[in-house]
Amino acid sequence: MRIIQSDVLSVGAGLAGERVAIEAAENGFSAICLSIVPARRSHSSAAQGGMQAALGNSAMGEGDCPDVHFADTVKGSDWGCDQEVARLFCDNAPIAMRQMAFWGVPWNRVVPGEQTYYKGGKPFTAFEKPENEGLIHSRNFGGTAKWRTCYTSDGTGHCVLFTLDNRAAQVGVTVIDKVEVIGLIHDGETCMGAVARCLKTGELTAYLAKATLIATGGFGRIYRESTNAVICDGGGLIAALDTGVVPLGNMEAVQFHPTGIVPTDILVTEGCRGDGGTLLDKNEYRFMPDYEPEKAELASRDVVSRRMTEHMRKGLGVPSPYGDHLWLDIRHLGEHHIRTKLREVDEICQSFLGVDPVHQLIPVRPTQHYSMGGVRTNKDGAAYGLKGLFSAGEAACWDMHGFNRLGGNSLAETVVAGMIVGAKIVEFLKGAETVIKTASVRDAMAAQQARIDDLINCANGRENPYAVKNAMHDAIMKGAGIFRNGKDLETCVADLQEILGRARRVGLRSNGKGANPELTMALKIQGMVKLALCVAYGALKRTESRGAHTREDYPERNDRDWLTRTLATWAEGADLPTLNYEAATQTFELPPGDRGYGGGKIIARDE
Amino acid sequence: MARTLTFNIFRYNPSDPASSPHMDTFTLPETERMTLFIALNKIREEIDPTLMFDFCCRAGICGACAMVINGRPGLACHTKTKDMPEDITLMPLPVFKLVGDLSVDTGTWFRGMYQKVESWVHTDKVFDPAAKEERMDNALAEQIYELDRCIECGCCVAACGTALMREDFLGAVALNRLARFILDPRDERTEKAYFDIVGTDEGIFGCMGLLACEDVCPKQIPLQEQLGKLRRKMALAAVKNILPRFLKKDF
Ligand SMILES: Cc1cc2nc3c(=O)[nH]c(=O)nc-3n(C[C@H](O)[C@H](O)[C@H](O)COP(=O)(O)OP(=O)(O)OC[C@H]3O[C@@H](n4cnc5c(N)ncnc54)[C@H](O)[C@@H]3O)c2cc1C
Ligand code: SF4
Ligand code: SF4
Ligand code: FES
Repeated sequence: MRIIQSDVLSVGAGLAGERVAIEAAENGFSAICLSIVPARRSHSSAAQGGMQAALGNSAMGEGDCPDVHFADTVKGSDWGCDQEVARLFCDNAPIAMRQMAFWGVPWNRVVPGEQTYYKGGKPFTAFEKPENEGLIHSRNFGGTAKWRTCYTSDGTGHCVLFTLDNRAAQVGVTVIDKVEVIGLIHDGETCMGAVARCLKTGELTAYLAKATLIATGGFGRIYRESTNAVICDGGGLIAALDTGVVPLGNMEAVQFHPTGIVPTDILVTEGCRGDGGTLLDKNEYRFMPDYEPEKAELASRDVVSRRMTEHMRKGLGVPSPYGDHLWLDIRHLGEHHIRTKLREVDEICQSFLGVDPVHQLIPVRPTQHYSMGGVRTNKDGAAYGLKGLFSAGEAACWDMHGFNRLGGNSLAETVVAGMIVGAKIVEFLKGAETVIKTASVRDAMAAQQARIDDLINCANGRENPYAVKNAMHDAIMKGAGIFRNGKDLETCVADLQEILGRARRVGLRSNGKGANPELTMALKIQGMVKLALCVAYGALKRTESRGAHTREDYPERNDRDWLTRTLATWAEGADLPTLNYEAATQTFELPPGDRGYGGGKIIARDE
Repeated sequence: MARTLTFNIFRYNPSDPASSPHMDTFTLPETERMTLFIALNKIREEIDPTLMFDFCCRAGICGACAMVINGRPGLACHTKTKDMPEDITLMPLPVFKLVGDLSVDTGTWFRGMYQKVESWVHTDKVFDPAAKEERMDNALAEQIYELDRCIECGCCVAACGTALMREDFLGAVALNRLARFILDPRDERTEKAYFDIVGTDEGIFGCMGLLACEDVCPKQIPLQEQLGKLRRKMALAAVKNILPRFLKKDF
């Protein structure tokens, strides 16, 4: 049996995982990060927009401070977030950004004097103060009172991740890539590490640690249409759920983006609509003004996504080999505007679609984008249920996003949470020694080996893992997408339960040797269906509309009954998760109020 | 439209004693807006579940999917079948260790590279969380970003004649990485420190200057310009290095 030991084991080498590992290594502890792909390919590298921190250096950010950032974050969450955590986050975000600058991120900087910016497609000028020259600049990201998003051109996530990975190498963090965690090692009380399968050789290794961190990012790939990387399939969450004692928080809270391109669901920026782009149906008719007479295409992300779905449900989508979609039309903005101001969109259309947006329509559809839910932790990043288990980043429900994430807050969360949780883990490591029980290690390894053998020998059946995945995609896209209602959710849950049965009967057609991709899929499909069920079942039970979670049959935000966080655990052998609830926040620095967009009635706490 | 595409794909699973290197052929009907990402996944899901290849972002930003496409290193995710002939041949990137079929181990190679060039900011300063950030000129920040855009796809390495011949060659990507730190005022390394890393045949003097690297770089990073600059800088440093000790300055 191959065993590797360290003080800290981070499952994940994206921004969150590496930031925690760096904190541990800087404090003299050994740290290992595991990753499916080389660290720098983690999905964090795909974020182009930027990360929020109230630095207040730029003209449009003047007067910004953590208090304003806090108010935006709580409103954005539709009061579903933990306000203590949101406060911690907003106060520490500026420090984290400056630290990233110190480590080498080439943030865009303030250029003094009169500058031309764009808002709603129209240019305007603002005066940047000479005394702020060279400080970190910020751009607009929507939904915020001030321009607060720190950025490096169109490659923020890429630059920050490369910088952090450099720092990790410098301080001696060990990053092991092409490995996939398929289970945690625990005894029901303490987590002692994880079992991982090497994606080069197929070999299993037990990674033992005093502190284990789940930082595996989002789980968007339980949906067919997602902007997430193909590796964002919730592996870490599945491992946590499989323990039977670690709850996942708010799994029903899923954010959708209106304009993923079809077929590959790559994101094209909201800027297209901001600059005057319109949405057309199969008759090339502009439908948004019919639904939202005032704001039309400029309504908020979740509103536009919902209207698009509604319209397609009426049979007005454009049929394609990849399913129905709508058109995004930016032709009228003209060649000059498209090739300069929307250069990135132009490039995506040309490189991935072979479409020239100056002359052609862009096929788009609403697409899963961000997972607010994840491993439920306290404000120190410690998971509920198992000692020694922590979580950070998109994989965690820390919970500063509540039911809707403010754009630009998630990338910032990775490094801020990394810093805070990292420090707490260091405290934890100084405090206690973990006793590693050899029996738990042996059992965990044997259980995973048995799963693999069963799949190779088709001991439980011969269901095709890819077919099961496609069935799951059909079910969740239909029932637990943007629009939700009791009837469709009930069907969705029932369908997924049946699919879970099939997932339990999966068997391989191939021999499973080496880096075999069929085995990789087969090992995770059951867990993915369980995650889908946590989403669908949680959504069915939550009879209100809050943030990105919209029930057609319960359009009100119901603070009287639902100012709560869902906690989902999975008992061994069960066909459904067990749902429990806790208060969304212990303290109210900001009492519940109107979000200021999206409309909808609110049932007050004391009604 | 409605072509039938033929994919000739290199196959070999080094972990399976029964496997030997060969080419397999698959056919697929072409669909609208098809990319190699769509095609390869279709082949794996519908025809051969063992086919190994790597995709991650599938959006041209992570560098995972580089392979040799009809003889040329490139990113599979943004290769559209409509720009290709009906016959498509796919091979794994050379230089990197083969994992299986079209999948190679770039992680180990790149980790080795950035350990060699010590790809991090070298400074004696200590971060002060209470202080404002140090200022930087925006134009300089943008210049650094231009070189920082490399996605470590490995195309330039795979296309490089020197890299194919000598295992220890750092490659254009490493030299570009170092150029990024030379440009960065936060990095306090001396010219001698840089020279020790790249002023050798493993580094800048091993490069034959044929520029296949820049031709294939999917991010259009100006590798040629960086190699030229570095070569001049290092040649100068080399001359200073062989001058008598008393003539040497500031090393
Ligand atoms: C297209 C797109 C654009 C975005 N733009 C922005 C933006 O502009 N601003 C913003 O704030 N947010 C943005 N986001 C969201 C943000 O990028 C993510 O929330 C954030 O990067 C997540 O970071 P992370 O460290 O938690 O996880 P990731 O960066 O996703 O890293 C996850 C890590 O876990 C590893 N892993 C996963 N499963 C396993 C397993 N089973 N075993 C071992 N390792 C595993 C992976 O290999 C990887 O290293 C965007 C998201 C998308 C999809
Ligand atoms: S120019 Fe130099 S680095 Fe580039 S391909 Fe040629 S030998 Fe390699
Ligand atoms: S320099 Fe270009 S080709 Fe080389 S690894 Fe970087 S992005 Fe790829
Ligand atoms: S999959 Fe990321 S670049 Fe192709």
